[in-house]
Amino acid sequence: MIEIRNLVKRYGDHVAVDHLNLTIEEGKVYGFLGPNGAGKSTTMNIMTGYLSATEGDVIINGHSILEEPEEAKACIGYLPELPPLYTDMTVLEYLTFCAGLKRVPVQERSAQIQRVVQMTRLESVIGRLIANLSKGYRQRVGLAQAILGFPPIIILDEPTIGLDPKQIIEIRRLISNLAKEHTVILSSHILSEIQAVCDQIIIIHHGKLLANDTPDRLEEELGGSNTLHLTVKGEKKTVEKLLANEAGVTVEELEQEGAYTYATVRMGAEDVREHLFFACADQRTPILNLHLDETSLEQVFLRLTSDAVVAPPQKKRRGLLHRNSVQPEGTSIAVAPVHPEEPEKHEEVSD
Amino acid sequence: MKAIYKRELGAYFHSMIGSVCVAFMLAAVGLYFMVYNMFQGAPGFATALSSAIFLFIIVIPLLTMRSVAEDRKNKTDQLLLTAPVSVTSVVLGKFFAMVTVFAVPCVLYCFCPLIMKLASGSEGIVYFKSDYATILAFLLLGCLYISIGLLISALTESQIIAAVATAGVLVLLYLWDGILNFLPTAAGGNLIGMIIVVLLIALLLYSLTSSFVISGVVGAAGIVALVVCYIVNSELFASLLPNVLGAFSLTTVLTNFATDYIFDAGGLVLYLSLTFLMLFLTVQMIQRRRWN
Repeated sequence: MIEIRNLVKRYGDHVAVDHLNLTIEEGKVYGFLGPNGAGKSTTMNIMTGYLSATEGDVIINGHSILEEPEEAKACIGYLPELPPLYTDMTVLEYLTFCAGLKRVPVQERSAQIQRVVQMTRLESVIGRLIANLSKGYRQRVGLAQAILGFPPIIILDEPTIGLDPKQIIEIRRLISNLAKEHTVILSSHILSEIQAVCDQIIIIHHGKLLANDTPDRLEEELGGSNTLHLTVKGEKKTVEKLLANEAGVTVEELEQEGAYTYATVRMGAEDVREHLFFACADQRTPILNLHLDETSLEQVFLRLTSDAVVAPPQKKRRGLLHRNSVQPEGTSIAVAPVHPEEPEKHEEVSD
Repeated sequence: MKAIYKRELGAYFHSMIGSVCVAFMLAAVGLYFMVYNMFQGAPGFATALSSAIFLFIIVIPLLTMRSVAEDRKNKTDQLLLTAPVSVTSVVLGKFFAMVTVFAVPCVLYCFCPLIMKLASGSEGIVYFKSDYATILAFLLLGCLYISIGLLISALTESQIIAAVATAGVLVLLYLWDGILNFLPTAAGGNLIGMIIVVLLIALLLYSLTSSFVISGVVGAAGIVALVVCYIVNSELFASLLPNVLGAFSLTTVLTNFATDYIFDAGGLVLYLSLTFLMLFLTVQMIQRRRWN
């Protein structure tokens, strides 16, 4: 468990972290979210003992990072923004060095290194010089280093930065696996990633804590949108008539393309989706797609962190194969809208 | 500390720097050994060794420039400082790795007196005691210079700046005695000189602690004490500055060993205590950077 108490970090006149209070509980995956320069990395650097705080304290499993730094640091594995690699060493040499640095008992070292290498899929490069590795592999070596010693808390600063989508998926799976036995804290500004992996989201801005909640609750609390997107196989007129019959519905957009009609409507207090479904069914104009434009994390994020209060509403793309808010596990790339008449043109990543 | 020591030592020999330093030290001293001892027949290996101390100016900056600066530049210091090891053991690990590289040629130097003994036959005289004591002093002076280089490397991110600055300091120390000859001997001039020394110490304190109060108090108290002493007894000040600074003449200690056959224990204590001070300051500099 980590307790951040009234943490302040000043660089001259600039306040990077401003009276931050935070409790991080065991066994969850935390996502640190914030725009660039929000104080994410600084907070992580203080938590891991790389930097000192101007005021306040961080208690890690009962040890203050300022007063008992060695005990506190022993509970943490840290992957900084830039993986701290010695490029003149091979992967194995480097990991052996890290195991020594983390005081992994000698007899457990090789077994642990083997396990970590398996987890991060470094088997094929174990004997190569780190200098000759690609960015993705380097990131994984950094990750392996953070996991080594299997500390209870693993802190990852933007672990997927600079990786290709396939590697992102792999690292994300790894984080999910780690979360079974460890508390994981990761920072990112890729929202879909945080959404996919984290149990709890911490949003900081200008060094202050703005929110600390589960993704669902954050979306719920900060929005609850009522915009409905609709694709109906039928004439525009019919759809218009149907919609007019629904209570409290205002039509924002209505358009026909070929045999399909696309509509964006705003609901009143009542949820009309069910009624609409049967109404369309009665008219033999099947609904092909119907979804609520849920407040996405992106909107929550923008709303919380923008100094101008109102965030622009997210422009959703229409289409039959439109995937809304819940993304399939592992895909961070939006699936391109596919028109029914057109041949399929997926931009999906082959896994 | 052990892990860091092993890594650093490995890095020196992976990157050739270590091998180059060892080779250079062996070649330079070997040349002097050949000319002085083997050809001219001087009985002491110490003579050759003390003649070759200029090699510090080349070898030490090469050895120390990367020690801390490189870690800082490549951000690997994040790994070291977030690992459950203290800053002191990080610094000591690096220091001992460099000392080990430096000690390799020193150990090999130990064969030179034996070679002389072999070459000169049964009637030849070799000053073993003096030679080995000089090698010890040479090693300890190397340790001190390494700790100076380590401190300078901890002050900057750039290896080049670290190397040049270290070389500059070593040149100054090499020429120390010569420079002292040009200092004034009159009491008044020495008072001014001592005040400058006190001010420099205050400035150093300020740069280390960033505390205006501490450095100001130290500086003011020092100056007042000097002026009062001067008023009470100005004769004390004659040649004071050369005497005070002369106490820090590092090469003199080695000369004492090599040419005067004196086992200068005080000098060795000076070497060790200054080394300790430099290491302490290095730890403080790294700690301080975390606070800024």
